[in-house]
Amino acid sequence: MSSILFQAFIYLCAAVIAVPIAKRLGLGSVLGYLIAGIIIGPVIGLVGTETQEIQHFAEFGVVMMLFLVGLELEPKLLWEMRNRLIGLGGLQVLLTVLLITGGALIFTVNWQTALAIGLIFSLSSTAIVLQTLNEKGLIKTDGGRSGFSVLLFQDIAVIPMLALIPLLAIPELGAMGAEPHSGADHAHLSLVKDLPGWAYTLVVLAAVAFVVLAGHFLSRPLFRFIAASRLREVFTASALMLVIGIALLMTLVDLSPALGTFLAGVVLANSEFRHELESDIEPFKGILLGLFFITVGAGIDFQVLSDQPGLILGLTLTVMLVKGIVLWFLAKLFRLNSKDGWLFTLGLAQAGEFGFVLLSFSIQNQVIPIELSKILSLVVALSMLITPALFILYDQLFMRRGADESSAESDQIDEQGSVIIAGVGRFGQIINRLLVASDIKTIVLDHEPNMIDTLRKFGVQSYYGDASRPDLLHAAGIESAKIFIVAIDDRDRAIEMVEHVKRHHPHVFVIARAFDVGHLYLLKKAGVDLAIREVFEGSLEVGRAALKTLGIHPFRVEQMVKAFRLHDFSGLDELYDLWDENEAMAKNRAYLARAREHGDTLRDLLDKDRMELHDRSERGWTPPPKNYVKEFTED
Amino acid sequence: MTTSDRMDTLKSISKDFKRILILFAHPSINRSEVNWPLAQATRQIPGITFVDLYAEYPTLDINVDREQQRLLDHDIIVFMHPLYWYSTPSILKEWQDLVLEHGFAYGHEGTALHGKVFFNVISMGGPEEAYSSEGFQHFTIRELLHPLEQMAALCGMLYLPPFTLFSARLAVEEQRLQDHIDNWVIFVKALQHDQVDIIKAQSLPKLNQDLSGLIQGESS
Ligand SMILES: Cc1cc2nc3c(=O)[nH]c(=O)nc-3n(C[C@H](O)[C@H](O)[C@H](O)COP(=O)(O)O)c2cc1C
Repeated sequence: MSSILFQAFIYLCAAVIAVPIAKRLGLGSVLGYLIAGIIIGPVIGLVGTETQEIQHFAEFGVVMMLFLVGLELEPKLLWEMRNRLIGLGGLQVLLTVLLITGGALIFTVNWQTALAIGLIFSLSSTAIVLQTLNEKGLIKTDGGRSGFSVLLFQDIAVIPMLALIPLLAIPELGAMGAEPHSGADHAHLSLVKDLPGWAYTLVVLAAVAFVVLAGHFLSRPLFRFIAASRLREVFTASALMLVIGIALLMTLVDLSPALGTFLAGVVLANSEFRHELESDIEPFKGILLGLFFITVGAGIDFQVLSDQPGLILGLTLTVMLVKGIVLWFLAKLFRLNSKDGWLFTLGLAQAGEFGFVLLSFSIQNQVIPIELSKILSLVVALSMLITPALFILYDQLFMRRGADESSAESDQIDEQGSVIIAGVGRFGQIINRLLVASDIKTIVLDHEPNMIDTLRKFGVQSYYGDASRPDLLHAAGIESAKIFIVAIDDRDRAIEMVEHVKRHHPHVFVIARAFDVGHLYLLKKAGVDLAIREVFEGSLEVGRAALKTLGIHPFRVEQMVKAFRLHDFSGLDELYDLWDENEAMAKNRAYLARAREHGDTLRDLLDKDRMELHDRSERGWTPPPKNYVKEFTED
Repeated sequence: MTTSDRMDTLKSISKDFKRILILFAHPSINRSEVNWPLAQATRQIPGITFVDLYAEYPTLDINVDREQQRLLDHDIIVFMHPLYWYSTPSILKEWQDLVLEHGFAYGHEGTALHGKVFFNVISMGGPEEAYSSEGFQHFTIRELLHPLEQMAALCGMLYLPPFTLFSARLAVEEQRLQDHIDNWVIFVKALQHDQVDIIKAQSLPKLNQDLSGLIQGESS
C-alpha cells in the first residue's frame, strides 16, 4: 500500500512541479509531462520498470479523450468529414507505410520486419496531438480538423494491423528468446476468438449497433433519473461507468475501445447532458493522459541512446522527415492553405503511443528482433518528445501572420459571440427567444431536468446542469462566450455566480436579473456589468397605461415615463455610492431592504420625484420667450 | 461668460488644429452602401469626434446637455447623412429641435456657436443633373438645404456648401465610392490643419467641386 502511495506521490509531484513551469515557459503541458517523466525516470531513477504497466493503464486516457472529442462532434459534422477521414487518413497511412517499409528494407533482409516497422511508424500520437490542439485552441481550424481525421483513421487502422502482425512472423526469431505467441498484453478476455468470420462480423456489428442505440435511447432516461437524485458524485460515477463499460464491450469483441467510446461520444453530442458529461470526464482524462506522457518520458532508455546516439537521432529525424513529406504532400493535395498545411505537417510528423503497442506485439509474434526493438522504441519516444517543439515552431512561424489575419476574422467572431443563459424560467426564456430570433447563438443551462426537456422539444439548445459549478461553465464554453446572463430565481446563487464569472473570466460581460434594489447593489458589488430590476419595466408599463387612460396625451405620457426612468436611475447610482462607502451597511442586506421600503423615506422619495420629473420632462422643445424676435430686430 | 472663456481656451489649445465633430445619422446601416463605409473611414481619422446618433439614442431620447457640451468642444460641426426627402433623417431634425435651445444657440445670450463652421456630407439617390431648375428635382441641392443654411446663420455659424455624392445607389456598381471616400478623408485632414480656403468654399455649389483648388499648401 505504502509503495503505491509513494509512487503516486512521485508522479504527482513531478507533474505538479514540471507542468506549470513548462506552461509558463510557453512549452505546453505535454512537454512538461514528458520532462517530468524523464526527470523521475532515467535522470534520478525514482521510478523503474513499472512504468510499462502504468503506461498501459494510462492509455485509458486516450479512450476518454476520444469520448470527449466525440461529444464535441455531432453526427452531422462527422458525416461531413467522411472524405477527409478516408481519403486523407487512408492515403497518409498507405503512403507512410510504403515509404518507411522501403527505407527499412535497406537495413533489414526480412520484408516482414520492414513492413512491421512501416506500420509502427505510420501511426501518430493521438494523445499528444489532440491534447496540444485543444490546449492551443486549434482543433476547430481546418488544419486541426484534418489532423483529427487522420488520427481517427489511424486509431481505426490499428485493429487490422494487430490482426496482420501475427501473419508476418519469422520463425527463426523465436530462437532469440522471446516467448512465441504469449501476447501478455493482449491476452485479454475475448468473446470472439474462436468464432468463424461471418459470426465475428455479426457480433461486431451488433456491438456497434448496441452502442449507438443504447446511447441514443437508453442513456437519456438513465441520466434523467440520476440527475433527478441531485447527487453529483453519482452522476460522475455513471459517466465513468458509461465510458468504461463501452471500452470493455469493445475489448470483448476485439474492437478498439477508443473507437467505441468515440462513437458513444458522437451519439451523445446532441444530448442535453453533454456539458455535464464533459465536465465529469474531463479531469480523469487529464490526469490519465498526463500520467501517460510521464511514462513515455520515464521509459526513455538513455543507455541505448548513449551507445548509438548518432544512429538513433538520425533515424528519428529521418522518420519524422519522411512522415512530414507525406503530410505536406497531402496538405497540398487536399488544398489546405499554407497555415493549416503547416499545422497538419508539423503536428502529425511523430510516431505515437499505438506504435508502442504494435512494437511489443511484433516482438511477441517474432516479427521484430529484441535488439532492434529497443532502438525502435527509442525512436518512437524521441519523436514524441520532439513534437511539442514542432508546435512551438508552428507558433513562431504563424504568430505574426496570424495577427494580421485576425482583424478580418475577429469581426466574424463578434457576430458569432455566443451567449450563455443560466436559468430558463419565465425570465430567461424570453431573453433566449429574443436572442435566438436575432440569430444569436445561445447556450441555455438550467438545473431542472424537466424544464430542459420541454425546451428541447421546442428546439432550444439547452443543457442540464447547475450553472454555478465552474466546470460546467467551462464545458458550456465560458472562455469563448461574449455574454453571460444570470436569470435564475435564487438571489444568493445569482450573486455567487456573478462573483465567480467576473473573477475567473473578466472578459465576459455579465448581465444579471435583480430582484430589488438591495439585490441590485449586491450584484454590483459582486462585479456585475449590468443588473436589471426584474419588475421595474413591467411596473412602468402599467403606470404608463394608467396615465394614458386618464386622458393625458400619449406623447406627453411617454416623456414623463422616460423622465421618470432617468430620474430613478440617477437616484439609484447616487444611493449606491453612499451604500458602497458604508461597508457595514453593505453587509447587512436586510437593513438596506428595510430602509428602502420604509414609510418616511418613501415620502421624501415621492416629493423629490414630483419636482425632478417636472423639470426633466419639460426640458425638450422649449419654445423661445414670447418677445424673443426683438433680439434680432433691435440691433 | 463661461462659454466664451471656454471658447478662448479652446482656440488657444487648437491654434492650428481644428476639432471636428461628425454627427452621423443613418437609420438602417445594414442596408447602407455609401454612408456606412464612409462613416467607417471617417472614424479612423485621428483627432475626429465621431458620433453615431442612432446608435447613441436608439429611442431618440437625445441628451441635450451632452450634445451642447460636444458643440462647445469643437470648431467644425458636420452632419453626415443620406438625403431623405430633401432633408436630413429625422433624428437630426430632433437633434436640432432639442439641442439648439434659445439662450444657447440663438438669442441675445445664445452665442455658444458663434464662429464655428457648419456643413453637411450628404448622399443623394438622384443624379446631379436632376438637381437644377431644369432637372426633375427643380432645385439645386444648395437651395434645398436652405433651412440648414439659415439655421447656421441664425446661430452665428459659418455655412459651407455640402460635400456631396449623387446617384448614390449606383456608386458601388460604378466604382465611384472609393474615390469619394478617399477625397473626403483628404478634405477632413486639410480642414483639421486649417488648410482649406473657407472664403472660397462658401460660394461653391458643393465642396467637392474642385478639391485641389480649395486646399492650400500650408495654413496661413
Ligand atoms: C426615406 C428616404 C427618403 C429619400 N429621399 C431622397 C431624396 O429626397 N432625394 C434623393 O435624391 N434621394 C432620396 N433618397 C435616396 C437616398 O438618399 C439614398 O438611398 C442614399 O443616399 C443612399 O445612401 P446609403 O447607401 O448610405 O443608404 C431617399 C431614401 C429614403 C430611404
